[in-house]
Amino acid sequence: MPSVKTLAFATTLFTIGTGAVALAQSDYSAFINARQGHMQIMSFNSGILGNMVRGNTEYDAVAAQTAADNLAALATVDGRPYWAPGSDSAAVEGTRALPAIWENPAEFGADWGAYAQAVTAVQAAAGTGLDDLRVALGPLGSACGACHDDFRQPR
Amino acid sequence: MRRLTLLAATTGLIVLGVLWVMTIPDRTSADELSGFTGDAGRGETVFWAGGCASCHAAPDADGDARLVLTGGQRFPSDFGTFVAPNISPDPVAGIGSWTVADFATALRHGVSPDGTYYYPAFPYTAYALTETQDLVDLWAFWQTLPATPVASLPHDVAFPFNIRRTVGVWNLLFLPQDFNVSGPLEPEVARGRYLAEALAHCGECHTPRNALGALDRGAWLGGAPNPTGDGTIPGLTSAQLNWSAGEISAYLADGFTPEFDSAGGHMVSVIRNLAHLDDDDRMAIAAYLKALP
Repeated sequence: MPSVKTLAFATTLFTIGTGAVALAQSDYSAFINARQGHMQIMSFNSGILGNMVRGNTEYDAVAAQTAADNLAALATVDGRPYWAPGSDSAAVEGTRALPAIWENPAEFGADWGAYAQAVTAVQAAAGTGLDDLRVALGPLGSACGACHDDFRQPR
Repeated sequence: MRRLTLLAATTGLIVLGVLWVMTIPDRTSADELSGFTGDAGRGETVFWAGGCASCHAAPDADGDARLVLTGGQRFPSDFGTFVAPNISPDPVAGIGSWTVADFATALRHGVSPDGTYYYPAFPYTAYALTETQDLVDLWAFWQTLPATPVASLPHDVAFPFNIRRTVGVWNLLFLPQDFNVSGPLEPEVARGRYLAEALAHCGECHTPRNALGALDRGAWLGGAPNPTGDGTIPGLTSAQLNWSAGEISAYLADGFTPEFDSAGGHMVSVIRNLAHLDDDDRMAIAAYLKALP
């Protein structure tokens, strides 16, 4: 029969242990929010263009150009501060960022580069007409997919 | 006691003998294909609908590189790791020396020209439902593809699954005889069923599997664990997927969800194929999915 002291000690240890795990889990929530926010702004602006191409909304050269410029600006944001090592899907909850991002940073960087390249073409085409935009948007979708293929966990 | 042993041994031998006969590999004969003429242009549609490049192109191949069926992608499973072989028209490293009957035998029966069973990682379980004309058209398109001399790598599969004849028993148990969705269907839904169930083999990832790796057809397209171990493959039934037919069709062309998130995982590769189809065919797949229970 363990003494009350031992029991209390064990309970304390357990509490600290759980607390540490909980801390490790929540430690990166601000990082994860930041990068998910980055992705959501990309998604929002892609949606403006995509809905025009799909015929859901009317083509508007000025709105298209603004969205394309935003997407291009997002390509220049250096996200390294919030892609922190240890904040991958195997280590913490609330993210689908696969460990492969940190295991293979060169390829991850190359995929970002491919996004930047695709978005430059979108920027050049967005204001010149719906057909040009349609042609440019295909490679952008492929660039998003190429990165999500290797580096994002399926749901 | 001795008598009993003898009886058991005899019974065992008879069972093995019957199984041996029942698992003699099937073949499509040249006669069955006489009277069909292949059209490479139509075969290209079958090629993209069938998703050959998704597994047989080099890992991460893009653009025209997806026409080079060099193999090398690895597919982990509970039974070992399968490695996609070279199926380019190279006569030595690929399948360039095959006849159209060899090709049809592989796709319909999952059997090689020398009578060896393929593993069902190769979805002949779906391709078995391909129409003969489409098989012949696909073979005609095959002749236009570039050959590559890269040698195929062996699968890494443990006993007893490394005995290929066991696949014959598996086929007896699990090779489907017909489409999963049955009943009278609108022409568009029927076309979508053919594309989704036979050619595009959607069920291979979107339907869960039993302990022997066969599809649980009672939970058709109901979603499944991702075979790579990361996350899950979503279900596509009406209860699980509330996108409109137009949204599904658009997703299969440009890779964007209705919220303009992008596709991920192996689906990226699937969309690279399906983007080559006509809008009508993508709409047919969408109509089929919307008609699922």
